[in-house]
Amino acid sequence: MYDEVVPPGAYWTRKLDRWQRLRITDLDGTQSCSLLIYNADQPSERYNAPDTVKVQNQIFLTAGRVLLSDLGRVLCSIVDDTGGHHDTLAGFSDAASVHDAFGDGSYLERRNDSYRNARDNFVMALGRHGLDRRDLVMSFNPFARVTVAPEGGLEWTAGIGAPGAAIELRAEMRVLVAVSATHHVLDPAATYAPGRLRVEVLDAVAPAADDACRTFGDEALRAFANTDDYWEQVS
Amino acid sequence: MTPLLDEIVRPGEPWTGVILAGQRLRIVDVEGLQAVDTLCYDAHDPVNRYSAANTIRAQRQLFLTTGSTLVSTDGDALATIVDDTCGRHDTVGGACSAESNTCRFGHDKRYMHNCRDNFLIGLARLGMGKRDLAPNINFFMNVPVTADGRLDIVDGISQPGAYVEMQADRDTLFVISNCPQLNNPCNGWNPTPIQLVVWDG
Repeated sequence: MYDEVVPPGAYWTRKLDRWQRLRITDLDGTQSCSLLIYNADQPSERYNAPDTVKVQNQIFLTAGRVLLSDLGRVLCSIVDDTGGHHDTLAGFSDAASVHDAFGDGSYLERRNDSYRNARDNFVMALGRHGLDRRDLVMSFNPFARVTVAPEGGLEWTAGIGAPGAAIELRAEMRVLVAVSATHHVLDPAATYAPGRLRVEVLDAVAPAADDACRTFGDEALRAFANTDDYWEQVS
Repeated sequence: MTPLLDEIVRPGEPWTGVILAGQRLRIVDVEGLQAVDTLCYDAHDPVNRYSAANTIRAQRQLFLTTGSTLVSTDGDALATIVDDTCGRHDTVGGACSAESNTCRFGHDKRYMHNCRDNFLIGLARLGMGKRDLAPNINFFMNVPVTADGRLDIVDGISQPGAYVEMQADRDTLFVISNCPQLNNPCNGWNPTPIQLVVWDG
């Protein structure tokens, strides 16, 4: 019902109805995608990375897992995932980190190929919804893998970018999504070259009784109980 | 040197205060195994707040200890850990809340004391609120992450009297919850007091 290609470096934002699905495809395999999610009706409820990884005891999320809000509810379920690697820890780039990594990519020199960063993109995207930098939270970064060494070292996993890798998120309430098509903040690429993201919004389909996300475990059952109770109040 | 402040914070209670640039704040885990949930803000621009992601990225390391700088959302140094007798502190576990407790432990845990509520009480004193909450530091909390991504809040390693000491790089507002969690080992199943000591630099 909606199909768009977000150009390299750009941002994109849209609201999704409950059970609509957002499919994001890493067309060029550059892993350049950061994502923020809010409750569209009450944006002070937003994606919470610590609760998401703590409740599920897992920093690597894939199909069957969920993205939780700070109010113990599911914003989005991961219903399909062809690549299997998504980062929950490292956050997103800003002007300083992009400058440090790639140098000066000014509009003066590069016109519309000037270097973009996720923080500015999110400020611009959220601004459309009356939100601002106070509302920025840690992002979910599809297609990238950042591991933790035994003593805590953070390590970027090279060589896993795959053109055509896709992740599909099912909204579990009305959500507001902001996407930044910018380099992952730990991407060691020598030159600035983020890729394109295809964003498709697919029709709402009610989950089946044996839905993998809704039945993943006791924690998921309770998070969905919270979510469905909320939906009864607002729908 | 005579401390500017020497205060006991009982378990389950919030504390707020500004540490001026150059001053040092020591948090003492008096009886050991006590998680201390901590948020930091630029005292003059509280939207510029502690960023767990910027902090761990700057040091390429998940845990905090001596030498770790707490980096803000705008990329500024808020405070630097100058002494640490515990050895490592958590950056990913966040704060307990009524709602996350329902998910993790059951709906009968909704009404238990939790750090999110302490943060809201502390922030309310300052005219701040829920939008100002961010992923926090958990001093003295032990949250290992395995190679395959498994994360657990496990038995603590901080001994009675262990402390962590920070020096403020700029005037920094601290909002602290002395964690009341009783459903996992983050407080050794027995939340206990902490001591806060502030000195001039």
